[in-house]
Amino acid sequence: MANPDVVLVGFGWTGAIMAERLTAAGLNVLAIERGGWRDTPNTFATTFDQDELRYMWRHHQFENVAHDTLTFRNNAGQVALPMRRLGSFLPGTGVGGAGIHWNGQVWRYLPTDFAVRSHNLKRYGASAIPPDMTVQDFPVTYDELEPHYDTFEYLCGISGKAGNLNGKIQPGGNPFEGWRSREYPNPPLDMTYGPTLFASAATEAGYHPFVHPAANMSRAYTNPLGAQLGECTYCGFCEKFGCGNYSKASPQTTILPILMRRPNFTLLTNCEVTKIELDPGKTRATGVIYVDGKGQTQFQGAEVVMLTAYILHNVRLLLTSSIGKPYDPKAGTGVIGKNYAYQITSSVNVFYDDKIINPFIGAGALGMIIDDFNGDNFDHSGLGFIGGGYIGVVNTGARPIETHPTPDGVPAWGSAWKKSIAENYLKTVSIATHGAVMSHRGNYLDLDPTYTDTYGRPLLRMTFDFTDNEHRMSDYLTDRATDVAKRMGAREVQAKKRAGSYSVVPYQTTHNTGGAIMGDNPKTSAVNRYLQSWDVSNVFVQGASAYPQNAGYNPTATLAALAYWSADAFLNHYQKSPGPLVHA
Amino acid sequence: MRRGIAIAGLLFAVTLAIFVASALTQAQQSALLPSEQVLRGKYLAILGDCASCHTSKDGAAYAGGRGLNSGFGIIYSANITPDRETGIGNWSTDQFYRAMHQGIADDDSHLYPAFPYPYFTHMTRADDDAIYAYLRTIPAVHAKPPPNKLPFPLNIRGIMAIWNALYFSEGEYKPDPTKSVEWNRGAYIVTGPGHCGGCHTPKNFLMADEYDRALSGSPIDNWFAADLTGEPRAGLASWTAADIEEYLKSGRNARATASGSMQEVIGLSTSRMEDADRAAIAIYLKGLPPSAPVKQSSAPDPAAMRAGGAIFVDACSSCHLSQGRGQLRLFPPLAGSATVQSHDATTVLHIILRGSHSLATNDKPTPLAMPAFTWKLNDQQVADVATYIRNSWGNQASQVDAADVAKLRSDLAKGGGN
Amino acid sequence: MPTDHLTRRRILASGTALSSGIALLSAKAQPFTTYPNIPTDQADRPVPADPLQGYLFFTPTEALFVEAAVSRLIPKDGLGPGALECGVAVFIDRQLAGPYGQGDHFYLKGPSPNGEATQGWQMPKPADVYRAAITEVNRYTNDAHGGDFARLAVDRQDEILKSLESGSAKLKGGIDSKAFFTLLLQNTMEGFFADPLYGGNREMAGWKLIGFPGARYNNRPFVTQHGQAYPLPPVSLNGRPDWTRS
Repeated sequence: MANPDVVLVGFGWTGAIMAERLTAAGLNVLAIERGGWRDTPNTFATTFDQDELRYMWRHHQFENVAHDTLTFRNNAGQVALPMRRLGSFLPGTGVGGAGIHWNGQVWRYLPTDFAVRSHNLKRYGASAIPPDMTVQDFPVTYDELEPHYDTFEYLCGISGKAGNLNGKIQPGGNPFEGWRSREYPNPPLDMTYGPTLFASAATEAGYHPFVHPAANMSRAYTNPLGAQLGECTYCGFCEKFGCGNYSKASPQTTILPILMRRPNFTLLTNCEVTKIELDPGKTRATGVIYVDGKGQTQFQGAEVVMLTAYILHNVRLLLTSSIGKPYDPKAGTGVIGKNYAYQITSSVNVFYDDKIINPFIGAGALGMIIDDFNGDNFDHSGLGFIGGGYIGVVNTGARPIETHPTPDGVPAWGSAWKKSIAENYLKTVSIATHGAVMSHRGNYLDLDPTYTDTYGRPLLRMTFDFTDNEHRMSDYLTDRATDVAKRMGAREVQAKKRAGSYSVVPYQTTHNTGGAIMGDNPKTSAVNRYLQSWDVSNVFVQGASAYPQNAGYNPTATLAALAYWSADAFLNHYQKSPGPLVHA
Repeated sequence: MRRGIAIAGLLFAVTLAIFVASALTQAQQSALLPSEQVLRGKYLAILGDCASCHTSKDGAAYAGGRGLNSGFGIIYSANITPDRETGIGNWSTDQFYRAMHQGIADDDSHLYPAFPYPYFTHMTRADDDAIYAYLRTIPAVHAKPPPNKLPFPLNIRGIMAIWNALYFSEGEYKPDPTKSVEWNRGAYIVTGPGHCGGCHTPKNFLMADEYDRALSGSPIDNWFAADLTGEPRAGLASWTAADIEEYLKSGRNARATASGSMQEVIGLSTSRMEDADRAAIAIYLKGLPPSAPVKQSSAPDPAAMRAGGAIFVDACSSCHLSQGRGQLRLFPPLAGSATVQSHDATTVLHIILRGSHSLATNDKPTPLAMPAFTWKLNDQQVADVATYIRNSWGNQASQVDAADVAKLRSDLAKGGGN
Repeated sequence: MPTDHLTRRRILASGTALSSGIALLSAKAQPFTTYPNIPTDQADRPVPADPLQGYLFFTPTEALFVEAAVSRLIPKDGLGPGALECGVAVFIDRQLAGPYGQGDHFYLKGPSPNGEATQGWQMPKPADVYRAAITEVNRYTNDAHGGDFARLAVDRQDEILKSLESGSAKLKGGIDSKAFFTLLLQNTMEGFFADPLYGGNREMAGWKLIGFPGARYNNRPFVTQHGQAYPLPPVSLNGRPDWTRS
């Protein structure tokens, strides 16, 4: 029997997207997923999904760090220690990956987000980018990705309002967004009180609020593949939870019903790929080694291997398989592990006496946003940073173990605490800022020298901290958010800046990026503009590992668009003539 | 010289033709090009859903051995592959016709009407011959079904002669000249190969059809096969012909989602029919007068409605939405639902207890599912929420008692249905 | 082919797979070539806490400590029951007796030197933490105040808790008091606000205190009712009193 045309390592969003595209074109595809099967009625039915303890705090659906985690340190002067329990980010596992428990916040990058280096140098001069800030341009433009963003948005039934239709600014949408060729497939979600109050105040302040684009269905929807989704019921159990009534876009709701009926697709679950095998010349992958459900090591041959295993596992696999030159931060050479980035967030709480907010009514991307301080949408002259982020009120829900805000000065326990939460829980609005993280010479991924996973492989080691750029930018956003907060007519406003070094403890976002970045030069990037490895031409690496730095927005829509873009190049060019698609 | 070459060429061509023709046996030729009769027989087997009963869970196609709950005991389906020892490989077309038309096997013994010959008797000889021809082409499988589990005296086949005398009318379908061609086609399928009444017509104490209540609904396998007549609440009165066709094609329409045994019928049979045949079935069914109401229902207990209403809001409305309007072709509407208002609430209770996966077809591939509530609701709660949905938003049907739920729960635990 | 739909049906029933034309060398993996149809009674439901009276994990001394501590962290007062009345001590007991206590979602391989605060928890599994820390806290209170924590006056208990919280209380045995306090407070919050099936939040008192409606899944009718009180009472995964006829 022949090898499959493509073996996919990992089966979350990018795995499902690639599998669907490639099997539609008639290729034989095998996906190997370390976790188990997951679907709506078995894994997160409406009868038991509303369980904050189990899903958020006991991490029932997330990657289990007991088997595999990473080690972390802020800088090379520290010894990296294992991240012994999940906190800052919540990677997925199993069929659907984090595509099950994401919020459904779907953003296109700004056109300038694809050209961070050249654009900022041009506008602000050489001093805008300090020598240790290693930002690079994407080797692909917004215009090239526009049709693929559109494909993903229609796959997912995004509820929203266009802001820029073919160059013409539309009322109600984001006036700063890149042009789009057509309206969103679904109208915006109904809006709760908190975001509405924020939007009024933001307008007063001279900013341009618009509705957050949402992969939560504002109405029942059948996507172009024929998959059906139901209407969102604003349950407030979105982020960190699967959706029990088919109203959040996920691989399960948008792709698997069609994909699993195709005879040329096979899915292996409970099998973890530990290595990509290369030929003796190390220029061609011959297949993958994996550990099956019984703990036996197996080999699976492949014509092409695509890593669709989430940025952290993609990078670790490249390192343990010796594909590409590992990054050396001291010498500044090598590419695998380079330019790891994240997201910097902060918040401003707004406490009312007289307004019932009911923050528990929520959906993952239900909110009102201003983009006035994202990207290079504003003049950075004299501010001391580049990049930006969005600011807004997003009602994802207010589950009480996680969310019981109290004003400054209230103790964390005792009767005074009890009184404060009883008074404030229903009457609080939380404004969030969600900002970019630029790449830095000292922020990178490599293999840990001490700690190992359940198979004895070295853990990935993460060396990362926010730099002055990020702190200045985030504080600036927090100040702008505070300006709006003060106009919201509340009893008090509590700004919570992101202070100090990055910590893996409190949950922030699952927006890890970089480590296998895309570029136009094999000396400074791991994959080319089609996400094909420069070193091993039958290996492709999908996902946010490709991002040279992280933008202000959530990464999912862009990595999905890149997957469609990469699939096109693979089918139209690689299949006809296997080999490097770009000659540097 | 040229003439010589021409003759040689001709001889070569002829030789080649003879070679090609004789290289294939008759059987090989017919295997390459199934005759029209075999194709027609294959389609009729789909209409009859033969594969469903004649294939066991882990067995080969048509090799029999599936246990059917006859109401008196388990009867195992026959092997109808062409195997000469354990199948019907030795049967003639006459013997096959006699089995279909009279319910008599090749050894002259009576077949049990678990094999629905009272319906197949309506089929034409030509149709039976076509099915026979098709069954000759499927792989022969050597497999003997297990012996039936029937109590004395039912295990004596001869006793079926009495049953036949009381309840069986042999005879091919006679078209009604006052009705359209399509109506007659629908009648032929429904009362013949489709054998819909096998599940949908109530049975008397000897498991014979109550012909005067044909297709008015009947319990089977811990489900209630629906009323297919024009009954205004529990039947198809509010369905259009297009609704029926859509349901038969994909198991989901704007009014209902197929559950239980009907999913298999749709998956293996009705979804594979030609559009014209589904349309004919719909025309026939829409022409059925309403069945007589079974019992008057009095107003439900207000305490049941209050408790049921609270459960509905908390546990059901996130898919079926407030006002029970559902989301069309996703989660069936409860308001105005025939399933919900059936005089026999078994289907509704079964779905609440065990949940239900909807059928996935190429037409509607999303495998939607309702979760099981068996652990979340006790018998009284299941009864009350069922009473609530049966009597809200314009619905009207009898109250459900906790005892009914308890019985079904216990029957399901014994492994029946689903 | 007459057989393909039948084998597909059997796949749906049994969840195993046919081989496709692909070289699958392992027969031990779980391959799917169609959508698996898993029966609804195999859904991945939560495991409720053992309703047995008493404690499964805590010794009597430990139980006294935890009861006293959670009573101070969330006291019974004019606003309603506190953590103890809501079953939080039972909740923590059941958690420590179960997989959580054994660190089932913790990476436990050593070495475990102390690190930076930004590197997070470097302690052993929660069951071991409680076992060791309670002993050390009682040792501390005996040294400083002549008795186990549970025997001290409530004002004194509050002082002790504050000093654990700030880290000013130095415990022996290598226990990081701040880390232990953080864990204890976190578990107390969990017990106060988690679904009652886990043993805490009795009668949804934690949710009632703040107005959280619990395990609801349909807020559609209320989204645009800005500023209005939410009209429905809280409900847990196992229902609410109105589900049962009075």
